[in-house]
Parts: sequence; structure tokens; C-alpha cells
Amino acid sequence: MNELLHFRTPLRTTPFHPRTAALNRLNRWSPWAGYTTALCYGDTAMEHSAIRNAASLYDLCPMVKYRITGPQAEAFLDRLTVRSVARLAPGAAQYTIWCDDEGRLLDDGTLFRHGPQDFLLTCQERHLPWLLDSAAGYDVAIADVTADVAALALQGPCAAWVLREAGFDVAALAPFRLADFPFDEDRITISRTGFTGDLGYELWMKPWQALPLWDLLMRAGAPRGLRPVGSEALDIARIEAGFLLTNADFVPADQAVREDRVRSPFELGLDWLIDWEKGHFTGRRALLAERDGGTSNWALVGLDVEGNISAAGSLLYLDRRHEAGHVTSACWSPTLKRSIALAQIRRPFDRIDRLWVEIYALRELQYAKLMMRVRPAPRPFFVHPRRRATPPGDW
Amino acid sequence: MGTTWDAVVIGAGHNGLVTACYLARAGLRVCVVEKNDWVGGAAVSRELFPGFTYSNCSYVSSLFRPEIMRDLELPRHGLQILPYEGGAVFRKGGGYLAMFRDHDANRREFARHSPRDAEAYDRYARDVLRHCRFIRPLLMRTPPDPSSFRPRDIAELAWLGRQVAGLSERQIAQMIRFWTMSIADFLDEYFENPVIKAYLAVSAIIGTALGPMSPGSAYVLLHHYMGDVDGNIGAWGFARGGMGAITRALASSLRAAGGEILTGRGVERILVRGGRATGVVLQGGDEIRARRVVSNMDVKRTFLRHVEERELPEDFVRRVRSFRTRGSSGKLNIALDALPRFTALPEGAPMIRGDLHFTDSIERMERAYDDWKAGRFSRDPFQDCMIPTTIDPTMTPPGKHFMSCFVQYAPPRIAGRDWTDADRDAFGETCLNQIAEYAPGFRDLVLHVEVRTPRELEAEVGLTEGNIFQGELTFDQLLFNRPVPGYAQYRSPIRDLWMCGSSTHPGGGVMGAPGRNAAAEILREMKLPAGMSDAYAVL
Repeated sequence: MNELLHFRTPLRTTPFHPRTAALNRLNRWSPWAGYTTALCYGDTAMEHSAIRNAASLYDLCPMVKYRITGPQAEAFLDRLTVRSVARLAPGAAQYTIWCDDEGRLLDDGTLFRHGPQDFLLTCQERHLPWLLDSAAGYDVAIADVTADVAALALQGPCAAWVLREAGFDVAALAPFRLADFPFDEDRITISRTGFTGDLGYELWMKPWQALPLWDLLMRAGAPRGLRPVGSEALDIARIEAGFLLTNADFVPADQAVREDRVRSPFELGLDWLIDWEKGHFTGRRALLAERDGGTSNWALVGLDVEGNISAAGSLLYLDRRHEAGHVTSACWSPTLKRSIALAQIRRPFDRIDRLWVEIYALRELQYAKLMMRVRPAPRPFFVHPRRRATPPGDW
Repeated sequence: MGTTWDAVVIGAGHNGLVTACYLARAGLRVCVVEKNDWVGGAAVSRELFPGFTYSNCSYVSSLFRPEIMRDLELPRHGLQILPYEGGAVFRKGGGYLAMFRDHDANRREFARHSPRDAEAYDRYARDVLRHCRFIRPLLMRTPPDPSSFRPRDIAELAWLGRQVAGLSERQIAQMIRFWTMSIADFLDEYFENPVIKAYLAVSAIIGTALGPMSPGSAYVLLHHYMGDVDGNIGAWGFARGGMGAITRALASSLRAAGGEILTGRGVERILVRGGRATGVVLQGGDEIRARRVVSNMDVKRTFLRHVEERELPEDFVRRVRSFRTRGSSGKLNIALDALPRFTALPEGAPMIRGDLHFTDSIERMERAYDDWKAGRFSRDPFQDCMIPTTIDPTMTPPGKHFMSCFVQYAPPRIAGRDWTDADRDAFGETCLNQIAEYAPGFRDLVLHVEVRTPRELEAEVGLTEGNIFQGELTFDQLLFNRPVPGYAQYRSPIRDLWMCGSSTHPGGGVMGAPGRNAAAEILREMKLPAGMSDAYAVL
């Protein structure tokens, strides 16, 4: 298409669009990072059930992807992110975060190491100016490859079975490992990663491989009920897994208009990622001061909510009276049969077991105000041995 | 005219009318006198060509405070603000950069020019929004007098202090830099692409005798960004029926509240007896007596031309003289037989409904300013062109269009002498030729042109030196220093003589805030309830 005419279709379509559009019975779409993506194909409950019961396909293409290569790629990423990249072997991936100079979180993402000098960083938000500025003095090349790499998440207890049926032997692939597999006279990359906290894989390919691979997987998975899922179903699964979503559970530091919205890794329960021994990284000085001074103001916690109403968007109170924080994500968990929530709580209230949540429950066009007890709950809310079992079983 | 009014307002511009409306609604007997045969000041729409309504001076609306629209029931009196869509800057030699209301379309458009800048724009917009959030609450408050010990000044200073104290050290530093630096330097901190920088620099030079490389120009950008259309910060719109619709609605609201407007009655001088203003003498000798006089004229015109100097403290007069009102802009109002076709724009491009520019680099903009410094109009001018009739169906016959071209730079005087008709015509030709470069056949569409230089702006609207803001919006002329230190609270050295125009805080643009704040001070002094909405929350 003539690139000048983009105003006619401001949202791009992904390489899977011919298939996803045909399957989207409800025509329910939402914009994600400049792309049109399915919110729901037909029935969110059925789609969530496929994630936990059988296998699901989710179009991941809009995920922002930066390819970082060069002799000093490892050193650059060690400087950029808080985890040790030196200890990330080629063929492995890690969940990671990066901060600004004040130690405030910019984003989280997954870092894939394809080779000694070849990395792929995937994340929710765009960071090209930050990456380029941070790369000053390093011999690295950074490219936005979002549109050049198509991606698909295959998640669920039968995910490994579907891949085997499709001709990909992933038996040896442990969690957070990746490998290349031949496909269609070329190769694709499969990583054992995902956003569901379940057994699952992510498949990375060139855009022209997208439709043949989709068709192959759909054929192979049909006997086990493989179905495409939209973002609504995935969001329930990721809350069950206790994962954070950027701009839902925290505001990235470079986007926050109000200065009191920014959060440190300590305040989001992500400080376990920090490698204090690896040398300097961006934000280290500030984070060290926060750690030693105990100056964190917030805590991100998992909550078990009394009753059966989702607590999304609600305020938390200490002793029903004093505002103590707010729920950032919540749902009724179909898998766990309880109401769960992620919440930001002002310290030290996160340690005081006297918290309540004020829920406005919509009942036939009228809101009923509920005051429900909440209790801290460990994350992930949902855990199953199949997530880690290698080789994966056919669950 | 034997009666004594509670207030006489000089000038039926938007601020004068806003003040008059609030006073009339508070129960005062108010009379507005206007030298022209029409109301509006610089928010005016006249039909200079049959069937075509112009926005003769100001041409877009964003700053006009919604609190005022609500308090004065302006929608009921016919006011409707229409948001408009984006815009474009044409590149010399072909191509363009467009701006879209849709975030994704905008990012893709910027990415055509620089992928890095496309992403940097979000941080830029965030930072400008932060500055907007700080300054917005200041607009609808009387600036405190830092040298006074009155409880209200101390309370207001304390409030201001709390606003600043709420910021981090880093943000205070950022703010002070931003309020004093040049837009060119500011944009360099975010962007690499010259066309993107040229488009974004526009708001920093509009109406200002500064170039994009002049320190202080960044604040002017903020002044143009802090408005909103229905909460959409930084968005601009048209007044349906032209900018005159704003003052027509105000006039209607005023009459409904019992106020009177006398048009075609210019003020000769302000009557002062025993150090108090007691009314005005109109041209022709008629007197209007009033308990207070409120001037919507700029501070120079008010005090240097309509008040006898012996009534004023010498220091005040000296400071009024040195208040900078250097004109920098001109205006072309064009009646068009059809919609012009810009070669670069694809069929159906929405940018035609937004602002169109031809200056594709900061350097070109600065060179246009160099001409101003040399006392001549820019040979390669900057133009902000709008065709409001692409959205507003009421201004022209169907298929015909009205095009408004705001032009910089045009100095108040040409090489030290007054503008002549020949200068004005040459200025108009320069601008028309520039448009025709990008829209072949444009000149054949032109049915009528009104060309306005600072000379016309001063003679007709009464803006000293043709300065559209009634005084430059630089840090030294803002807040409690606007227009004169010690006189920033809408009062003057003469008792009962008040100021309500854009020379006062928070300055120019069709905002209405100076008029509202002046009314608030007058009513406060009279111990009358003001009947004003509190300033709306930002976001």
C-alpha cells in the first residue's frame, strides 16, 4: 500500500489477519500498539477454557520487538536491564525489566538470546529513543523489528502435543529455552515462554510464514480442540498467572504525567530480578539507596477477594475507612473458583491484614456498593507442574 | 446620557464583553462602548465579500475557557466550538509531514520521516502536558503581588509555593529551563528530523516577535498548548460561524443580562476627577458617567493615549512605555471560488481540514525572523493557513471557501517608516505566491483578499503596534509582572480604573481569562458574589 495513505487505515493488520478476521465471529477488535487485534472471537469463557484445558492460539504480532546485535550487545543489555545478561546463554530467554536513572520502571519484557551477539527484546511499549540513547558508547545495532517478525502464542496443556503433531519436536525444550526448527523450506524459532503461567510456547517467524504455520497448527490441533483466543481470555489467564501488564498494573516512568505515578521494582515486587553483583546498570545507584534506606512507598500484592464479584478498578481501605491503595487488575478466576486481584498498596498497609475493597457491582443498571474483605495471596495464583515439566507431558 | 452606570467598559473585544457579562450578571448596570460599528475586537467575523463570513483576526479557538462558556451560557447564545483535524507542513520540492488526531496514524506519519522521532513524540507530548498541568490552574487566578502583605496576596503566594513544592527538584529545573529557553533548543532535546521540528515549533512563534531560536519562545508554545477542546488538551477548534461567533454570543449574553453596548462610539479620553475614574468622554464630546471604568484596550493605548499623563505616577508611565508590544504578524483573509488543490496531498487527505504550513525547517523560520529584525516583512514568510469552511458549512455558499492565512513576520514599521498601501500589497502578493507554489491554480480561485499588516491591526482593532497578544508573552511580562509590576491585579494607579484586556494576566489569545479575572477582582472589591465556576480540573 502507498505509505502516504495510512490515514485511511490507521491501524495495521497482522500477518495472521486473513485467518483471525475469518474466525472473529463477533467482529470484536481492539487496537494494540498500532494493530487491530481480536478481543474475543466468539466466547471469552470458552477461549479461556481452551487455555487451561486444551490449547490456544494467540496472535502476538503487535508485541514490540527490538533486535539488538553487535560485539557489545551483551554489555549494553547488562547496562540497560537489571538482570544479568552475561549469564543468559545463547538459546535461552529471561523475563526482565529496565529502569530510568531514578530507578523507576520503564517496562518489563522478555529478552531472547539467539546467539552470542544476537538478542531480541520484546515488550509492551515503545522504547527506541531510550534504547538508542542508552547505547551511546556501545558497539551495538538496535532495530525495531516489530513488523518483520510475526509471532504466535500456543498455550495450554496440549500445546506440546499440538507441536509434535505439527512436526516440531519440542520435547527437550525446557522453560525459558528456545530453538530453531525447520519449516516451509526455512526455519522458525520456538521458545518455551508465554503469558499464561501454563505449559506453552511462542513461535517466531517471518511474516510470509505466518499463514502456512497458522494453517498447519490449526489442522494439527483440531483433534485436541485448539482454538484461537482473544485478549480478554488471555487477560484472565495472565491475572491467574499473576503477571503484570504494562499500563494496567503500572505506568511506565517515561509516560507518567503525574510524577507520583512512577514505581520502582521494589514497589512492584520485581526487585528479585535485580543482580547487584553484575556491575553498574541504569538506575542501580537509586535502587541501592532505596534498598538500603527502605524508602519504597508502595507494594504490589496479590489479593484473594471475598465473594464472587471482580474487584477491577476498586479502591482498597484499611479497616473499611482509610484509603490504602487500589486494585490494578482483577477477575473472577474460572480456574481457581475465587475472586483474585493485583493491587498497589501504600506501605506499610501491605503488611496489615485488615484490608477491605470497595466494589461497585453493576446489577441491572444499578451499582450496588460492596465492602469485601481481601487477604494477601501468593503469586502466581495458578500453579501447575505441567508448566515446568520437561519433557512436557500430554496433560 | 444623564445616568451614571455602575461600570463602563471600553472596547467590545472578547475580554471586555466577558467582564461586562459577569458584572451585569452580578446586578451591575453596565455599558460597553466600542469604537467600531461592530463588536468583536480581535474575535470578529465580518462579511467583506458578499456571502462570505471571515474570521478577520483570530481564526481558531482552544484557549477560550469552558468555565466562561458555561457561566455565561454562551452555547444558549449560539456559540458552538468545532474540533478540527490535524494539519500538515509541505516540504519545499514536494512531500509533506502530516499531523493526525489519531495517535496511531500520527506515529506512522512521523515514522515515515524518523522512526526514532515517532517514538520520541510521546515523551515530548508528556513533558509539554506536564508544563500545561502546572500552568493551567494559574490562568483563572489573580496573580499575587509578591511585595504586598495583604492576607490574600500572602495566601495566593503560599498557594503558588505549594504548586511548586509539589514538583520534584528535577521538574522545577525543567520548568524554569522550559519557561526561558528557545523552542529550537527544546525540540533538539527530543527530535532529529528538521520537518518534524519545524511543524512543532509553529506554536512557539505565533504572534510573537521572537524567532524559534530566541530564548523565551518555548513558553509561547505552552501558551498555545494549554487550552483544550472538551478536555482534549492542546487541541484546537473553530467557532461555528467564524471567531466572531464568540463575541456575538457574548454580546447576546450581555444584553440578556441587561447590559448595553454602544457601537461606533470611540473613547476620546477617560475622565479622572480627584484621582478617580468617573467615566469616559466619547469622540464628539458626549460623556458617559460611571462609578468605574474598565479598559479592554491594551495597557499602552489605555494609559498613553486615553489618560492624561499628569494623572499617573511617572514610574508607572515609564514602565508602560517599556512594556513590549512589538507586532510580528499579518493576516490574509481570502474568499475562494473552490477548494484549492495542494499537489502533495493525496486524494481525500484529511489534512486539508487542519492547519497548513510551508516552512519546513527551523532555519527557514529563523531567516523569516531575520527580515523582521531588519525592519521588513519576510520574503519567505511563515504562514499558518486554515480553511475552516472544510468543516463549518455556515461561512460561505456551498462549494466556496474561506481561507485564513496567519503570516509572520511583519514588523510594526517598514525600515523605520510607516507601512504604505504599496508595502501592504507587496506583502499580500508574497503570501499568495507562496501558497500558489504548493497549490497551482490557487490564484485563479481568489475572489477577494483582505490583507492586514500591523498597521491595519492597530488602526482597526486598536492593538498597539499590531501585537495580537496586547503585549509579548515572555517570562519578564507574565504573571505578577503583567503588564506592570505592582499593577497585575487588574487595577491601575487611578482608583476605579481597571484593566481587563490581554495586556493583563494571563495574556493573549481568545481565552477570556483576563476578562473573567478582572470581573472577579471588581466584584470582590464590591463585596458582591461573583457567580463564577471554579477553574475546571486538568485531566
